[in-house]
Amino acid sequence: MIEIDQIDKWYGAHQVLKSCSTAVAKGEVVVVCGPSGSGKSTLIKAVNGLEPIQGGRITVAGEVVGSTNLSRLRARIGMVFQSFELYPHRTVLDNVALAQMVVLKRSRADAVAKADGLLTRVGMIDHRMKFPGQLSGGQQQRVAIARALAMDPIAMLFDEPTSALDPEMINEVLDVMTELALEGMTMMVVTHEMGFARRVAHRVVFMDEGAIVEDRAKDAFFDHPDTDRARAFLSKILHH
Amino acid sequence: MNYNWNWGILFREPFLGFLISGVQTTLVLALTAWVLAFTLGSVLGVMRTLPNRGVSAVAAVYVEVFRGIPLLVWFFLWFFVVPELLPQTWGRWLKRDLPDPEFWTAVAALGLYTACRVAEQVRAGIQAIPRGQTMAAEASGMNRVQVYRYILLPLGYRRIVPVLTSEFMTIFKNSSLALTIGVMELTAQARQVESFTFQGFEAFTAATVLYVVITLTVTVIMRQVEQRTRIPGLLSAKGT
Amino acid sequence: MIEFDWDALVRALPFLAQGMVLTLELTGLAMVGGIALGTVLAILRLSMPAPVPQIIAGYVNGLRAMPLILVIFWFYLLVPLFLGRPVGAFSSALIAFTMFEAAYYSEIIRAGIQGVPRGQLQAALASGMSYPQAMRYIVLPQAFRAMVPILLTQSIILFQDTSLVYVVGLRDFLTAANIVASRDQRPIEMYLFVAAVYLVLCASASFGVRILQRKSAR
Repeated sequence: MIEIDQIDKWYGAHQVLKSCSTAVAKGEVVVVCGPSGSGKSTLIKAVNGLEPIQGGRITVAGEVVGSTNLSRLRARIGMVFQSFELYPHRTVLDNVALAQMVVLKRSRADAVAKADGLLTRVGMIDHRMKFPGQLSGGQQQRVAIARALAMDPIAMLFDEPTSALDPEMINEVLDVMTELALEGMTMMVVTHEMGFARRVAHRVVFMDEGAIVEDRAKDAFFDHPDTDRARAFLSKILHH
Repeated sequence: MNYNWNWGILFREPFLGFLISGVQTTLVLALTAWVLAFTLGSVLGVMRTLPNRGVSAVAAVYVEVFRGIPLLVWFFLWFFVVPELLPQTWGRWLKRDLPDPEFWTAVAALGLYTACRVAEQVRAGIQAIPRGQTMAAEASGMNRVQVYRYILLPLGYRRIVPVLTSEFMTIFKNSSLALTIGVMELTAQARQVESFTFQGFEAFTAATVLYVVITLTVTVIMRQVEQRTRIPGLLSAKGT
Repeated sequence: MIEFDWDALVRALPFLAQGMVLTLELTGLAMVGGIALGTVLAILRLSMPAPVPQIIAGYVNGLRAMPLILVIFWFYLLVPLFLGRPVGAFSSALIAFTMFEAAYYSEIIRAGIQGVPRGQLQAALASGMSYPQAMRYIVLPQAFRAMVPILLTQSIILFQDTSLVYVVGLRDFLTAANIVASRDQRPIEMYLFVAAVYLVLCASASFGVRILQRKSAR
């Protein structure tokens, strides 16, 4: 579904992605982890072209991510951001309906019906006429997931979806994500939630200093990490 | 202080008529120029935020040139110089056939000058929007026009309502410069009353009160605009 | 095509230079006076009991609601009336600009003072300084450092605004050019030259302010 082939990216002289390659198969859940500044957010944003790359190539469903087809490709890939990025001037309902109408050209009635269904699913239907500023972080993130799902995506990208949340709200978001994974959604998730990774992921990609250091089946990664760097990272994040 | 007070003069014809027609001219001049300034300023402000360097540079030069020359000099340039530099037929049309050439010259001078100030505010308003908002909109497949139409402009304008209020007030005050090319707006009429009656104190008091009334009206209207466009859940448009 | 007569401009240069001297004098004096008066107004507004802040707010907002031209006319009328004797157009214009700009400067300075964390004032008072001392040694220096670019930008506006003395016939740079323009029938050369000079001066000044801003931001 998603193939990342030897991609490079520089900020000026600083290389933030060093010949990274990995792939996500249809229905697969891949968790990307690593210390901060390791390039994992940049990697996931490159998948839908939000971060342009200078070398290598990325294909999604057989199409190369380039400049001509970006808008069409992005409409088919859902994305959830660390800081939610709900549109503050639009109601919850409008946030979920807007791109359906202006990008997919669905009628307002269809878009609203779809939005209501998804808001029910993430448990936010009672808040449909509220504005994002009136919601808690966990609620906002659930709306953001509904917004991404409204486009009927073929894959979902999650960029640290729980990092900006207070601890008591993390689970309500992870629960929605777990449910999605169990339904067979193709997912690429940047996260520090190793419990989630253990429960849901098929594979784990470990990054450090812009490079993919390990890319292995979940159990293999957690039980016998290959590298010292992954071991150090895991021990830091699991016992603190 | 030897001064013969005569407030009654203000309510006697033709002086009352002078003042009333002055207020009318000030309002029509300022509002017409504002439509021009707001439209052109918005276009220029958006141009400044586009990634295309050429487009952005054109707008930047416009702003720099208009801001660097005093408004009064602009009035003289538009009134004395521009008709001479145009092809003869155009110049003749401007000077002879155009009804009320002084008024329309004032609209052009005031509107084109204020556009550069509006442009700077619109640019600042758009640039202050967190980049994640653009990313989220792009990630859902919106093209650039849609991102501006649905996300950046609605958020940017809301953010700059307070500074636009002050620009809007300034255009009423600045319209007084039109008296230098013979437009009989409020200040010019007050001066005319003074020169006919030698009751300068009364005439200028009347003008001052009328300007304060205009300013207060603008404040009240713009406060309404601010209330109407306020986003629920956000403390103010100025914050994040 | 029009033929430009740049000789007329060259001949007029000494006269225009005199005008520029007056423009600069007026700008400089009104800037010093305006900032001084503006500082006093801002401090009084922040520190005095009622009704002083209300009176100052009325003064500031009243002037800010009025067009500068009207203010110039007001002072042209009032100053001789108050002094009981005629004064030159320069004096009345200088007073008008000082009072007018003080209203704008005082708002900038007030925002600057309020931008200094309140703990700074409290720390100074806690160390035994009097209120004026705390202002003088602790708050104002910090406030001014942050305000310098904004005050300078306002002063560039003041420099441009002085062209309005045209309405009382004071021979500043623009008025001098206006006199030559109608005397020699060369409005195009004169006004283009005036515009170019203003543009070069103002653009370089605001460029300088931007550099200063970038330096102080570090």
